[in-house]
Amino acid sequence: MLIFEHSRPGRRNRSQFSTIKAEKQNIPQNLLRKSPMLLPEASEMDVVRHYTRLSQKNFSIDTEFYPLGSCTMKYNPRACNALAMLPQFLARHPLAPEDTGQGFLACMYELQEILKDVTGMAGVSLTPMAGAQGELIGVMMIRAYHEARGDKKRTEIIVPDAAHGTNPATAVMCGYKVVEIATDKEGNVDMAALKAAVGPQTAGLMLTNPSTLGVFEKNVSEMSRIVHDAGGLLYYDGANLNAVLGKVKPGDMGFDVIHINLHKTFSTPHGGGGPGAAPVGVAERLLPYLPVPMVAYEKGVYRWLTEKDVPHTIGRLSAHMGNAGVLLRAYVYVRLLGAKGMNRVSEYATLNANYLMAELSKVGFEIAFPTRRASHEFIVTLKEIKEKTGVTAMNLAKRLLDKGYHAPTTYFPILIPECLLIEPAETESKETLDAFAAAMKEILVEIQEQAEMVKSAPHDMPLRKLDDVKAARELDLTWKP
Amino acid sequence: MPFIPHTEEDVKEMLASIGASSIEELFDEIPPDLKTGALTRVPPGMSEMEISRLMLERAQADGFYLSFIGAGAYEHHIPAAVWQITTRGEFYSSYTPYQAEASQGTLQLLYEYQTMMASLTGMDVSNASLYDGATALAEAALMAVRQHKTSRRILVPRTVHPAYRKVLHAIVRNQDIEVVEIPFCPESGQVLLEHLEPFGQEDFAALVIPQPNFFGVLEQVDAMTDWAHKKHSSVIAVVNPMSLAMLVPPGEWGAQGADIAVGEGQPLGIPLSSGGPYFGFMTCKHDLVRQMPGRIIGRTVDLDNKPGFVLTLQAREQHIRRSKATSNICTNQGLMVTAATIYMSLLGPEGLRQVAAQSHANMLQLTEQLEKLPGVKRVYSGSCFHEVTLTLPGPVNEILQALKEQRILGGLNLQEHYPELNNALLVCATETKTADDLNKYSEMLGKILKKYG
Repeated sequence: MLIFEHSRPGRRNRSQFSTIKAEKQNIPQNLLRKSPMLLPEASEMDVVRHYTRLSQKNFSIDTEFYPLGSCTMKYNPRACNALAMLPQFLARHPLAPEDTGQGFLACMYELQEILKDVTGMAGVSLTPMAGAQGELIGVMMIRAYHEARGDKKRTEIIVPDAAHGTNPATAVMCGYKVVEIATDKEGNVDMAALKAAVGPQTAGLMLTNPSTLGVFEKNVSEMSRIVHDAGGLLYYDGANLNAVLGKVKPGDMGFDVIHINLHKTFSTPHGGGGPGAAPVGVAERLLPYLPVPMVAYEKGVYRWLTEKDVPHTIGRLSAHMGNAGVLLRAYVYVRLLGAKGMNRVSEYATLNANYLMAELSKVGFEIAFPTRRASHEFIVTLKEIKEKTGVTAMNLAKRLLDKGYHAPTTYFPILIPECLLIEPAETESKETLDAFAAAMKEILVEIQEQAEMVKSAPHDMPLRKLDDVKAARELDLTWKP
Repeated sequence: MPFIPHTEEDVKEMLASIGASSIEELFDEIPPDLKTGALTRVPPGMSEMEISRLMLERAQADGFYLSFIGAGAYEHHIPAAVWQITTRGEFYSSYTPYQAEASQGTLQLLYEYQTMMASLTGMDVSNASLYDGATALAEAALMAVRQHKTSRRILVPRTVHPAYRKVLHAIVRNQDIEVVEIPFCPESGQVLLEHLEPFGQEDFAALVIPQPNFFGVLEQVDAMTDWAHKKHSSVIAVVNPMSLAMLVPPGEWGAQGADIAVGEGQPLGIPLSSGGPYFGFMTCKHDLVRQMPGRIIGRTVDLDNKPGFVLTLQAREQHIRRSKATSNICTNQGLMVTAATIYMSLLGPEGLRQVAAQSHANMLQLTEQLEKLPGVKRVYSGSCFHEVTLTLPGPVNEILQALKEQRILGGLNLQEHYPELNNALLVCATETKTADDLNKYSEMLGKILKKYG
């Protein structure tokens, strides 16, 4: 039932209405709204019940294990939410003077400094509102750098074929042509392909390390040398930073620009698809181009850095300063962890991934890169299973839902057929991993014995498999009374 | 160990299963010369009690002010139920709803949101949100350019929020799109046809129309819309969603209505929170739906013909189309939209109308009181919604500073964004302001202004 179907004409929530009648009105007749608004007329209790019930139809970290590769679904500490929602923080207007927000600005400044240390970069701006926006801003800075040098021949961005779809889409939004390069058998970027692709037309290379194949690019220093020698810059997609937090700094690997997904590594909530936050970090030579505003600390006072302070900035990419409330949550998280806690994040995430990979291999699943260490994630391929039984990665994913587990990432990276990208974050216990491995083993047996049942999963969810084709063909995007 | 459940026994067993002797061994594929030394600028960890104390102290140091600042972010009352439901773990900690069967809660909510936003703006379809109002405008401009095919010019009045224009410029210039700024009438504070005409000689992809505009003034949207359509260009409306409870929605502007409507969703139940997270909304005419960026939710059925919801038209998106996607956008602002949907449901049509009407009335009342002070005048003759531009008899920053000492934030100094506007202040009053608040402001300003009389 939709909220609109709870509606009854004339039902009102009086407690949400003003007790004073608005008398003054001075809007020309031709600008006044005449058509009705399709909003429900429902009681407060109806609304609370309706949305509470809807919430119960969701999987979430608070209720289920999410082995979702490249998404880093770790526990979102409640303290982060509670402290970011202190009433004074919520009430603060973005354009309020700096001296009325020194407490808030102190948190932002310290977060900038902590992120600089963790990433090994010379400067950080907190404004990007999501990973994809962090990428956009990063590539815009690469473009600004080349343009400032009068270097206009650089028209291409190199992207490995295992990269997130946002990488090529971002490069195009920045006016670049995308050159995809292949991966070798061990899961590394094919060095011959890289060498062949690099040239005076190369603006930069976008790289995720560890890659979305769940392995560390061993040749990263060599790649950095090749790209830099050709005059290009190196972009670090921080999607998998959780795997190396406190172990390796992207700055030390030779990267010139990086974005950090706070909603992954720094545990801010995914919120059913946002809001994220993805600060960007840069090496010395890109400092002049960082987006504004940033926070400075001078003579005991915090203040915004604007276009006046950073004249070559690529500009503003949000109306204010980005997702401030998300940044506050990340700040609380890093203070709870401290330096040692950050090291442990990557250690236990890596332990969990290698353990689960070993257990699933023992149960009989085929690992895509069996000779490699898992980073904080790894790939299982169902290529053989599909050939023998017709059961696909998607079928297995849906069957996992029946067993109370969110599905791993499926069909990404696209170069591994029938793949499941599995990432068990450090906040998951050994018991959870054991139970998940047992559920996977059960499904393996079901595939042998009742393949058709697996193919038509899910069976125990509130709904069975949904018809995507109908949804796209007969578009129904709004409810009509 | 914060948030890590492993016991020593667990670690031993797990390492044994892997066949490794230590956790460190699991990092043996990382070249040793890349391994990081200690983190020197990350402070030691704190307990929850300690960080709570620190954050509380900082929040209290920032305190509360009686604020009359608007300029794109507005203080409205948020019913208690909104954020109590929104921060339920099942909404707060869930992932993007790719697995439809495990995400019907979020998906249905987004479908309801799309319905509400389409109706509020008078358009056919809505996406599931974008980052904020400013980036939504930039995405709308890219969309209009894709639709127009020949022109890469976008006409943007100077009455559009200055930060939105900056963001628009920063994003679209990478694709060789030209943003042309249109002047406005210094008497009415509106863009008149005579200001548009000189820019219509050459083709353009879209005209942006703000309603209300940055000065709080209502634009003559019908005439502007018809003018752009006569030139075979799109109209992008930038609207405050709260104002639409009183004002003609973009879908009904002029003879054919605007083509795309975007704006900042913050007034719909999102706290001010220093500027974010908010959400951008985008609605459009049906024939533009395939040009839309971002998530879109559709209603369909399952194998048993039971109704359900899925992400649809994904062939526009980066995870499928990669370099050929309509945008690189990946997430929306899901949690913010959750709050907005609950907010709109709790208020209903009559509640929303009341909030808008009360805000408008408070602005008129405040303007009346302030205009009684010597040297305080409205700058523009055009009617306003809940914000107004006033001229003061002295330097704005100095006066704002004096008000701040009385814990009043008096508004926004406009000179920084419009150098030609001397001593001009943008003031906002919403339904949260009582008669006492308005009196306090006008009395205090009266006292301060004596110095300039």
